[in-house]
Amino acid sequence: MATTEAGLRESPGTAMAPAAPTPVRVDVHTVEVVSDAGEGAQKCGQIFGSVSAKMGNGVWTVEIIPAEIQPPPRNAEGASGNRIRIGSREVTNWGDETDLMVAFNEQVLLGRHHLGAIGENAIILMEDMWATHADGDIRTAWAEAMAELSEASYRIVLVPMEEQCLTVVDNARKGKNMFALGMLAWIYDRDVERIKEEIAFQFRKKSQEIYDRNVELLELGYRWAAEHLDFRFEVPATTDETAKVVMNGNQAAALGAVAAGMELAAMYPITPATSVSHHLGEVFETYGGIVHQAEDEIAAVGVAIGASWAGKVAFTITSGPGLALKTEFLGLAAMTETPLVLLDVQRGGPSTGLPTKVEQSDLLAAMYGQTGDAPHVVMAAATIEECFHAMITARRIAETFRMVVMVLTDANLATGVQPFPRPDPSTAWQGAPVDLSAPPEGLRPYDWDARTGLSRRFVPGMVGGAHTATGLAHDERSKVAYDAATVQRSHAMRSRKLAVFQQTLRPPKVYGPAQGDLLVVGWGSTKGAIEEAVDRARAAGLGVSSLHLTFLSPLQPGLKEIFLRFGRVMTVEINYSDEPDDPFITPENRRYGQLALLLRAQTLVDVDCWTRVLGEPLRPGAILRAMQAKLTRGGAA
Amino acid sequence: MSCSLLGCGVDDDRVFEMGDYEGAMARWCPGCGDHSVLTAVEKLLTAEQLRPENTVFVSGIGCSSRFPHYLKTFGFHGLHGRALPVATGVKLNRPELDVFVVMGDGDCTSIGAGHWLHAVRYNMNLTALLLDNNIYGLTKMQTSPTTPQGFRSNTQPTGSYLPALNPIQATLGITNASFVAQTAEWIPAHLYATIEAAYRHKGFAFVRILQRCPVFTPLIYAEAVRRPDMVELLVHEDGVQVPSLEATYKNRITHDPLDLDGARRLAEMSDRIRLGVFFRDESRPRYEELRRVASRSAEEKVTLLNQELDRYAV
Repeated sequence: MATTEAGLRESPGTAMAPAAPTPVRVDVHTVEVVSDAGEGAQKCGQIFGSVSAKMGNGVWTVEIIPAEIQPPPRNAEGASGNRIRIGSREVTNWGDETDLMVAFNEQVLLGRHHLGAIGENAIILMEDMWATHADGDIRTAWAEAMAELSEASYRIVLVPMEEQCLTVVDNARKGKNMFALGMLAWIYDRDVERIKEEIAFQFRKKSQEIYDRNVELLELGYRWAAEHLDFRFEVPATTDETAKVVMNGNQAAALGAVAAGMELAAMYPITPATSVSHHLGEVFETYGGIVHQAEDEIAAVGVAIGASWAGKVAFTITSGPGLALKTEFLGLAAMTETPLVLLDVQRGGPSTGLPTKVEQSDLLAAMYGQTGDAPHVVMAAATIEECFHAMITARRIAETFRMVVMVLTDANLATGVQPFPRPDPSTAWQGAPVDLSAPPEGLRPYDWDARTGLSRRFVPGMVGGAHTATGLAHDERSKVAYDAATVQRSHAMRSRKLAVFQQTLRPPKVYGPAQGDLLVVGWGSTKGAIEEAVDRARAAGLGVSSLHLTFLSPLQPGLKEIFLRFGRVMTVEINYSDEPDDPFITPENRRYGQLALLLRAQTLVDVDCWTRVLGEPLRPGAILRAMQAKLTRGGAA
Repeated sequence: MSCSLLGCGVDDDRVFEMGDYEGAMARWCPGCGDHSVLTAVEKLLTAEQLRPENTVFVSGIGCSSRFPHYLKTFGFHGLHGRALPVATGVKLNRPELDVFVVMGDGDCTSIGAGHWLHAVRYNMNLTALLLDNNIYGLTKMQTSPTTPQGFRSNTQPTGSYLPALNPIQATLGITNASFVAQTAEWIPAHLYATIEAAYRHKGFAFVRILQRCPVFTPLIYAEAVRRPDMVELLVHEDGVQVPSLEATYKNRITHDPLDLDGARRLAEMSDRIRLGVFFRDESRPRYEELRRVASRSAEEKVTLLNQELDRYAV
């Protein structure tokens, strides 16, 4: 049964503030701030997360975003905000349920409640203005929502946010987020000076007046909490001296592209990838770079290919629907052996799908979307830090192997914010300037090394290098050639490069013991949640380890050997697969998770899968239950 | 850019003969208009002494898009309809290169029409040649947007349903267009002069070349070829003037290429075939110049990136 309370420690009017409650010490805590879109809950959450990181806590933040810019107000599906998980150690994922919540209205709270996002004994700080609202429909909606919420065991604390904010500003919609931030600052004992610095940074383009008002609201929230709340939490910080930076995955990818020395990003707006180009757009020109917003997704990749072919490796940024549109050009890049980096920030599909939500459903499209055989590299970033470094690796592979390299991230990484060790950029990361020296006499534009398939790239400007690159089948001279021997040989040469690249890779490291009852295999942004689930499973005595793959094409070596040391192998992915016990599903027709399908084909090991498409990151608790089920039932397949 | 600046160590006093630009033997049908264009282009490359390594021909897919293979410059023979994005990328990354784009009517005005519109608006310094024979040739006689109404094809056997698209009219309607011209493969002197003017224009030069396909549309301009009075030349000192044609082509109209309204009126008239420069304005902004950025050394980038990372420091 939920409890609902107004002011907890009735203090106004008393001269002496009541004694502050003793903070409850916790290792990790999950906070959510939710509002209607446009009320600033995201900004509140971002600042709270950022300051927590700066104070030495492990942090992972996730945006809660509706698909629309301004969905109707007080709408359960329109919840907008942030989840901030802070911990004493590194936080690698968004966790399970929320421990503490700030809600600006009961409908967005209800939305989170319906999604099972709120922990059983969560504390909820809720705006109370709706109970007495002039609009009868709103009062009714409030009453109904409160009746439903009272079935749960939350502790709901009513807070007069609107009333309080109106003492400072005329429009409380534009200030409640800072009041909420003030409350959180008191509850978690955050450094208020650092918060003010963050506010100053966030509002750097606004007036002093706006900054002052925001700080006033912050302090008001802080005071209100101090005077009224009877709980506080302490999440001790670690004393890690490593220099760190804190950013989201799209910022990391943008800076990674800069660090990689790339100078042309061609893109077309698409959620959730676009913000990479926003971050680049702010700084790229100072590095001599250009963000080219093309007329469409096809043109974007075409421009990147033209630029790459003529000089430095360029890259294009997209998400699922855009990847689909780019496929013909990606085949052309493979055929002409033009180096190219493609960043695919995955979202839910198929079709327009879930533009703002996470899925890992582009893997097979990325690998096999092109017609004909178009060998290329597909790699996935598992953390925000990897979003940065993957771009550098991708550029290097693309250039060395004259290949397309696709980097897959997803909406979870794109908007998730996490501190990670500060990169130490090196000029070596940028690669050498394009070599325009004349090729040796007799060298041809596709002079494939018979063993490796590698050849020197001929770039405009090279005297004696003139040739016509073509998407038609061609020989070493780049002359159109349809004869059997040339077609077979040129295919083999393009494919061989992938094998040669694979030989440079190391077997992935098993997380946990190298043998056991169950190996969970993942890729991409699920790494943190999987490893947390492995920790919990092992603490509960289960023989579970995990393996996370960075390279999907080609697969890293040694997989079969690793798999055979475990009783069972199961992938965990955010894409669709049939449940083995669903109607009509048989071992013969069951459709597997995308990585599972690849692993089964490549290793001939009976790899099972547990996948979910919930429009949200996987929760470690859910993965743990899947592990337990796999071990007790012996698995489905 | 001179070769010595690039440090390639090649003697830069090279003189190029027409043969130096000839690539593979052209495999177009005898009588195809593409041959005339290729000859005019080779003549231009020779006259301008363009360095083969600094010259790029980008094409799409179709008969005419084989063009780069028949030259000894750099070439990029890409996708159907997508020559313009590739050319845009080449030019953005390497503004010092001379970039030509060769497209057919299906390429440019149908599957690639979106890119056409935007390339005109970007107004990058490219020479775009539309080799327009009013038909899909390589795929064997399908109706194209420029196929004359009523013309029977394999896809529209009772005759093309719609009025033909007028590429000159369309291009003149696009914001920031800077050079729009029309010429014909059967008048080599005019063809050459127009391509030359297009090459010398600073900005996106769009040239529609009227062509016959000897196999599928041999008769479309047959009458105009026989009767010069069906042709009217637009002449102006800022456009194209070929005195040697004056004896044959008596219909001439002085048209100032800066006169956009006049150009649009002329483009819409269908009583005669009009050849010449419809519009030309070098003052229009060029995308690659608007986007030009100072390049940074690798060391400078590292310094800047470290400053940037400070912003995110915990």
